[in-house]
Order: sequence, then structure tokens, then C-alpha cells
Amino acid sequence: MTELRHRVATEKELQHQHSEDKGSETEGKERDGASDNETKSDSGVPEVPVSADDTPEVLNKALSGLSSRWRNWWVRGILTLAMISFFFIIIYLGPMVLMMIVLCVQIKCFQEIITIGYSVYHSYHLPWFRTLSWYFLLCVNYFFYGETVTDYFFTLVQREEPLRILSKYHRFISFALYLTGFCMFVLSLVKKHYRLQFYMFGWTHVTLLIVVTQSHLIIHNLFEGMIWFIVPISCVICNDIMAYMFGFFFGRTPLIKLSPKKTWEGFIGGFFATIVFGILLSYVMAGYRYFVCPVEFNNDSNRFTVDCEPSELFQLQDYGLPSVLQSITGWTTVKLYPFQIHSIALSSFASIMGPFGGFFASGFKRAFKIKDFANTIPGHGGIMDRFDCQYLMATFVNVYIASFIRGPNPSKVIQQLLALRPDQQLHIFNSLKAHLTEKGLLPALEEAA
Amino acid sequence: MTELRRRGGGGDPDSTENISDKEADGDDRLAFPGEGEGEMEGDSKAETPDMPPSTDNTPQCLNKALEGLSSRWKNWWIRGILSMTMITGFFLIIYLGPIMLIFVVMGVQIKCFHEIITIGYRVYHSYDLPWFRTLSWYFLICVNYFFYGETVADYFGALVQREEPLQFLVRYHRFISFALYLAGFCMFVLSLVKKHYRLQFYMFAWTHVTLLIVVTQSHLVIQNLFEGMIWFIVPISIVICNDIMAYLFGFFFGRTPLIKLSPKKTWEGFIGGFFATVVFSFFFAYLLSQYQYFVCPVEYNSETNRFAVECEPSHLFMMQEYTLPAVVQNAVRWKTVNLYPFQIHSIALSTFASLIGPFGGFFASGFKRAFKIKDFADTIPGHGGIMDRFDCQYLMATFVHVYIASFIRGPNPSKVLQQLLVLQPEQQLSIFNTLRNHLRERGMLPPAVEEAQ
Repeated sequence: MTELRHRVATEKELQHQHSEDKGSETEGKERDGASDNETKSDSGVPEVPVSADDTPEVLNKALSGLSSRWRNWWVRGILTLAMISFFFIIIYLGPMVLMMIVLCVQIKCFQEIITIGYSVYHSYHLPWFRTLSWYFLLCVNYFFYGETVTDYFFTLVQREEPLRILSKYHRFISFALYLTGFCMFVLSLVKKHYRLQFYMFGWTHVTLLIVVTQSHLIIHNLFEGMIWFIVPISCVICNDIMAYMFGFFFGRTPLIKLSPKKTWEGFIGGFFATIVFGILLSYVMAGYRYFVCPVEFNNDSNRFTVDCEPSELFQLQDYGLPSVLQSITGWTTVKLYPFQIHSIALSSFASIMGPFGGFFASGFKRAFKIKDFANTIPGHGGIMDRFDCQYLMATFVNVYIASFIRGPNPSKVIQQLLALRPDQQLHIFNSLKAHLTEKGLLPALEEAA
Repeated sequence: MTELRRRGGGGDPDSTENISDKEADGDDRLAFPGEGEGEMEGDSKAETPDMPPSTDNTPQCLNKALEGLSSRWKNWWIRGILSMTMITGFFLIIYLGPIMLIFVVMGVQIKCFHEIITIGYRVYHSYDLPWFRTLSWYFLICVNYFFYGETVADYFGALVQREEPLQFLVRYHRFISFALYLAGFCMFVLSLVKKHYRLQFYMFAWTHVTLLIVVTQSHLVIQNLFEGMIWFIVPISIVICNDIMAYLFGFFFGRTPLIKLSPKKTWEGFIGGFFATVVFSFFFAYLLSQYQYFVCPVEYNSETNRFAVECEPSHLFMMQEYTLPAVVQNAVRWKTVNLYPFQIHSIALSTFASLIGPFGGFFASGFKRAFKIKDFADTIPGHGGIMDRFDCQYLMATFVHVYIASFIRGPNPSKVLQQLLVLQPEQQLSIFNTLRNHLRERGMLPPAVEEAQ
């Protein structure tokens, strides 16, 4: 399942990078192994054997009896289970740890992509450039996390004086930091390396755009309620696994030239299986407050709490079945959480669009002639390899929530209200009063103002 | 003055990026031509041109009028005349009002995008890539739709509430924009062709970086415009003035080079331009602050369906007395001086334009050297492309926007009201109570009969 197409010559550095990763797959292995499992690796006639040098010794010993083909399969399988268990553990540990993990994943992804850029452009020795890339990462993260902190930790920020100043002039400070980096870049331009430096500048910015904004959106989703974080990620993972399984057993018609191992049968089978999985998983999770409530910061205990009255999305409701289903199953109504209906939309997106993220990453790897983004996870490649489908999903969930589920964040609206001028506040107060009175929420009072 | 240095051939598109910069930069030759106009408003680099400058775009009438002069003065005159023309055009557009300005900004944005993308095509020899030109323009339309939709939703709230289809579009705006973008993304993935992967990814990234630079900044320019035309006019004028002043000071007093990247810039020009720009902006702000037409936020009047610029000027634009510090008092013998507060802000704006604005110009110079082009395009005779004129403006637009958001005003009231109306009723009620208490504390509302509620 892991093949490599090394074009002879040119990128020697790339060879250093994954000299360990030589795949010894023969064509017979193409169908086999967890090829569609979670990876979007390209298929092609392998020229170089794969070695799993990163595998810990213990695993190596345990599996030393098996043939190379099954060994790889087992390594991937074990690592998959390890990652899934790890996922459950951090969910258990709570929102704070999740945020830290998201931050770390983002930093690692950024590092992987930038390293690819260095090797593509042979630009290890560009003056300043590694410093600048990390500096820009810091700036953009500061900007985004500052906005998040201001929104969600509003009372905490108001209490502490230095935080208040930082929050009031946040945009200005972030912009000043970014400008410093920009000026450093201009001052660092060296005569013979202009083009390279501009390429790396562009590469850094595109990477920031992809990696940092999406991780920020994931954290926004997380604050809506852990279920909005867990269900999408699980749907994408499930889709990968199910598409692989269906492709393995029934696969016949190739899906796209870019990834010859994907098949239509896998795609469609994965689609239906993911929808079913999404419905069941949401049913399980919607019953628990821990997953369903928005994450809030409690000022008194200085901790995150997830305690609330579940919104109507997470309360069982009766739905009347359409008559065709009634005759089949003999039920007239069915009890569902409304969230399960939404999960159908989420799983549909994960099954249909998610693979495009994978194709994009495949195309990227082919374009730059690399097998995997990095060697971080034995048998799977780098962190980016695992997360490439997730990015589109995170954005979609965020847009979905903003459009269909909730309106603006009330505490943010209050904050903006209090920042307005008094006459503007009065004007809004009157408009709001008129609106509420119209709706019957306020008893019609004599105008006191 | 438009030269193009094209790499010969390169049949395999993938070989382009492997040409090391050493081979490419071997062509870089620096010289200090005697001509002075390089400093004027452009960031053209001082490179010995391989080909004689041709002023092919100059209209015939200009050519006839100037044919008596030598080549050096002819260029000077052409640049001068075009500068005057552009400045006149600027004033004309301001006179025509906000709607015209928005359209002009949009036109400039599209032209800049087109110029940068064309450079990308040339650099990567990718004219024949399937689909790619369509996709670039499609992404431009998507991102513009997203930004203009947000603007329309914010500022034309009343109009939107009236029309049913507009309401639907506004409510699901983000979703629709995202869906449009995704369609483009999927088209890109489906258009990947086996031999051209790397090229296609490069062009994809090139398009996105260009969008990031060009479209977001033009959007910020328009938001500044809605704050009040003065926030649009003064920054642009300051940047133009800084260019002209730095050139003039450099021309007359220039001696010490400023940066290797643009050998014709000098420290004398830089510092002289800085002081001259601060003084210019001080007086220019004084001049403009008196007119409501410039000072008032642009609002859309639902009844007349037109833009109205009428209001009570905010305290920023009302004369106030400032006491001079003692040292200045001794020098000038005035105790107080009447200033608009906006003039103080204009000092900050001009400081930024003089100190950091040139970095935008250096960035563009570096970019042009990196890709071996003399100008971004040939649109304006004697000056190059639209990007050449606007490269310093981009940083300025972002700075003005951030400045306004941080120091001048808070959030936009109509936007806050709009968000309020979208919330859940119980959230609205709780916000209503909070606001009422807040206003009561401030004394804006009489502490009225609460019992009835």
C-alpha cells in the first residue's frame, strides 16, 4: 500500500527525507492492506521497497514472524487503534486538553508543509527564512487566539487590566506584529535569492491560510459543544475506513485517475455506511450533557464547565414517518434527536467532499514527488496525511453552524453593544424594545424613556 | 520603459522552478542611470535596460507635442502629464460620489488581479493549462461575492429587510459563498492533469495569495470609505504625496543610498519626504475636515434609494482648543491653537505612510526583480501597470482600517442591531435587560417604573 515513485535524479534532499520510506510493495499489494484506510497515497508501480524503520522495537519483535505484507497491515492496524484510543482519552480529559492538542497538531502540520517547501526549493540556507516562517505562525496564532479569548473569556478579560488593554487594541497589536515580520522579510531579501524568497513567503502564507484558519475553526466548533467536534471527525475517519472496506471487498470501477485505488463501489458504500454511522453515533452522544453543552468558562472556579440545559436540538422529538416507511416498518412515528437530522448533512458532506480534500493532498504529493508528508506516524506517514480530509470538514461544520444552527454569540453582541456610543446604544435599545414588544415578549408598557 | 525578460524556452513546465536563482540572477545588473524619473512615483528598479524604452502606449497627440524634446525630458514630461491626469481623475471621481468610488475601487481591484495573474502565467508558461484561467476568475468572483455580500448586509440593512430574495441570500450568505468556493475547489481537483500537477498547484497558490492581497485590501478600502470619504481620500493622498516628495528631495539633495533593493532611494529623500508628508497631511486634513461631504459616514437612505452623506459631524471633526507645550509656546508665542482632532490622527497616518509605506514599494521591487519584469503591465504610459501605482497603498489601507477599528470607533451599530434581531428571543430579552440596566446606570434612561415589567 505504500509505494514510491522516485523519479531518477533531481531531488536528492527528498530522498534523504524518506529514504527510510522505501516501499516494497509489489502490484499484488495494491488491493491489499489498509490502502484506502486513512491514506490517500498514490498507487503506482513501486520501484523501491518500503521499510518501517520508525516502528518501535517491541512491535517489530512481536511481528517478526509474519511476512512483510501482513506485517505492514498489522502495523497500520495497531497504530490506527492506538490513535483512536488516544482520541477517546483526550476527549475524556476535557476541552482544555483538546485545545492544546489542536494547537500541537496545527504546529506539526505547519512544520511538515514548510519542510516540504524547504526541500522542494533547496532553501535550507536562505537567511532568516525559518525564523520568519515561525514568526508568522506565531503572529497569526496570536491574532486568532486573541479573538477567541476575547469572545469567550469576556469577563475574565474585563477583570484583568493588562488583558483588557491587550484585548481593546488587539487588532492593532496583531497588525503591528505582522508588519514587523513583513519588514524583516523585505530587509532580508538577498540579491541572488529573490525568487526563492518570494516563493517561500508565498508558501508560508498559503500554509498559514490552510492550517491555521482551519484549526481556529475547529476550536470554534469545539466551543459550540464537543459533539460538533467529535461527530465530524469521526464521520471522516469512518468514511475512510468504510470506503476502504467496501473497496477491498467489492471494488471494481476506478473513481478518479488521481488516486487509482479509489473505486466507485468504495465511494458509494462508504457514503451509506457513514450516514448510518453518523446517525447512530449522534444518537449515542446526544444523550450526554458533557458532549452537548457549549463549553463555557466559569469565572469563579476558573475552569471550563460543560453544564447546561440542552438546547432543543438535543431533545428527543417525534417525527412522523413518511407513509412508504410506515408501511415497511409498521411504525407511525419515530423518536429522534433533531441533531441526528443534521448529522445526515454532516456525513453526506464528509463522504462526498471529504475525498476531494484527499485528492487534493494526493495531487500535491504527486506534484512534489513525495510519498508522505513526513514520517511521524509509523505506517501512516505524517500528521498531515491523517488530517488532510479534516480541513474541509472543519470549515463546513463552522459554516453550517453559523448558517443553520445558531445566530451570533450573545456575549459577543453584548460586548459590542457596550462598546458603542451612548446615543447609539439608546437607539438600539429603542429598536430592540419595539421589536420585543411586537413579538409579545415584553408587556406593552408606557414609554418610560 | 517596459521591458520583459523572458526565459528562453523551457519545454518542460516543471523545469521552470528548478532553474536556480544563481543562473537567473546572473542577469541582474545594477546601474545608476542618469534619468531622474525612476524615483518619481514608481518603484522601478535601477537596472540597465536591455532594450530601449518604448513609449508605445503614448497617445499620438502627446507624441507630436513632445517630439521636439530629447528622450530624457520627453519621458519626464510624459510621466508628469500622466500624473496630472491621474490626479485630476481622482478628484473627478471624488466629486461623483461614493457609488462611483466603489465602482472604481472594484475596477482597480480587477485590473490588479489580472496583472498579477498574467505575470504568473508568464513565469510558469502556463497559458495552456486546462481550465486555469477560468478557475482564477471564478475564485475572484467567489471571494468578491463573499466580501461584497457581507458589506451589503451590513450597510444596506433596511433595503435587505424589504426584499425577500435578498433576505434569503443574506441569511445563508456564508453557506452560499462556501458552497461556491467548494465548487471551484472541486473543479480544480478534477482538472488536475498528469503532467502538470506542480504547475497547477503553483497557479492555485498564486491565485490564492493574489486574492489574499488584492481582494481583502480593496474590501478594507471600501469599508474605510463608508466610515467617511475623508478616511479614503487622506490616506491615498498621503501616499501619493510621500512618493512625490521623496522623489523631489532625493532629486535635489539625495546622496546616501537607502536600501540595496532600490538603489535610487536615498536617506535624504526618505527623511525629507517624511517631514513634508506630515506637514502636507496636517494641512490637507484641516482643509477637508470642514466639509460634511467628506466627513460624514456614507449611509444608504432607504426612502430615496441613494447614498446620503449628511450628518452631525462627530467630535473628531469639530474644532477644539489644544494648549501648546511650554517649549512651543515660547517659540511661537501662542498659548492655544485650534485644531481638529482629526489632524492629530492624520499625523499618525502620515507617519505610517512615510515609514512603512516604502516597504510595500520595496516588496513590489523585490517581486519585480525576482520575476525579472520591469513593470507589472503597460496600462499607464510612462508609469507601468495599475499595480505599480497601487503597491504602496495596500499596506496603508489595512493600517487605516485597523486604526479606525482600534482607536476611532467601535462596532457598527446597524450590524449589532442586525445580530440582535437574529438571536433567540430569550437571548434578546436578557440582552435587553442588561442594556437597560447599563443605560439606567449611565443616566441615559430615567430610572423608570420597573415594577410593571
